[in-house]
Amino acid sequence: MIGNTDAVRLLDSKREDSVLVATMNANNVGFGLPSITTKEPLDFPISGAMGKASSVGLGLALAQPNRKIMVLDGDGSLLMNLGTLVTLSNKAPKNMYHFLFDNGVYAVTGGQPVPGAGKVDWEDMAKGAGYAAVFSFDNLEDLTTGIDQVLATQGPVFIHLAITPEVENTPVAFRPRASRSVQTAFRELPVALSSD
Amino acid sequence: MTTQETVLHPAAIIEELKKNEFTHVVWLPDSETNFMYQLLTNEPSLDLVPVCREGETMAIAAGLWVGGKKPVVLIQNTGIFESGDSIRGLGLDVNQPLVMLVGYRGWSRHGITPDSAARFIEHILHAWGISYYLIETDDDAGRITSALEEAERTSKPVAVLVGTEFGA
Ligand SMILES: Cc1ncc(C[n+]2csc(CCOP(=O)(O)OP(=O)(O)O)c2C)c(N)n1
Ligand SMILES: [Mg+2]
Repeated sequence: MIGNTDAVRLLDSKREDSVLVATMNANNVGFGLPSITTKEPLDFPISGAMGKASSVGLGLALAQPNRKIMVLDGDGSLLMNLGTLVTLSNKAPKNMYHFLFDNGVYAVTGGQPVPGAGKVDWEDMAKGAGYAAVFSFDNLEDLTTGIDQVLATQGPVFIHLAITPEVENTPVAFRPRASRSVQTAFRELPVALSSD
Repeated sequence: MTTQETVLHPAAIIEELKKNEFTHVVWLPDSETNFMYQLLTNEPSLDLVPVCREGETMAIAAGLWVGGKKPVVLIQNTGIFESGDSIRGLGLDVNQPLVMLVGYRGWSRHGITPDSAARFIEHILHAWGISYYLIETDDDAGRITSALEEAERTSKPVAVLVGTEFGA
């Protein structure tokens, strides 16, 4: 399995001018993208509409065809919006890289297993939906070696990552808040994207 | 009034969308907008983004808007019921200036409205503080422009209820 932070750090290190659309543990304030980002102005944290990170990413990919869009999704989140696999493959943005952080649980809410954990074949799901290419990694070494090939492949690409669950039990009201919110990204990204 | 004026043609809506320089129509079909599909697919200035479920539309529109495009959502009132958390989290909470064209299924104009999709929709929009305009004939199409002006002025989603099934 791959550590949540290790996966995010590796993707961030390969981002160049990509926008990272991140949600749930991939976007955890303490051990996700906000804690390690090297290009915060191009981070698009998605909170407040569970399951919709890939939909936002699709819109962004269609609007900015010359820039890679990397979506860092949760498994519970994707299960909540499964049709997105088909909506996305139907529009087939070549610049879309959809990473699934499959930790088998709803980590943010205490680690309850998601329906079908260990049973659902995510590679088959994405292939069946019609993604142009599908990859799967279950250890950091392979991901580190394979990531360049992944990002050189024409999208839409789906990348299944087997991630170690990291469960937070601190009551939500006491968890640290991200300095960059979805509202900040909404205000600042249009300017950042039009000016560079 | 001539019969012509009492009918809503899809071309009138498309003209209004073009006039306002919308770039993408994010949609799931309904009977109110039945005849629009052919025209939309033939209109090069409007890119069609079909979805599997309406809650995707506001999120896709959010990405398009952040990326510099001008999307419009086209769904049925039933789809608004389906989309609650997206409208809240990626419409209202982030101040997205989004025009949502909404098929007003069940709207009868007669005070007798058996279809609950019609009975609830205005109440739901009121609850969210979302303003709306009603379109029933070609002459009303300009209300899309009013809706867009309001969405941009207030940085909020605004609905346009389409109260008639289109004439062919
Ligand atoms: C519509 C909706 N239902 C339920 C929740 C509660 N909720 C917040 S985070 C979360 C779990 C997310 O799981 P996953 O996408 O697998 O990400 P992980 O926490 O494992 O990183 C849930 C169920 C919510 N925010 N919105
Ligand atoms: Mg999970």
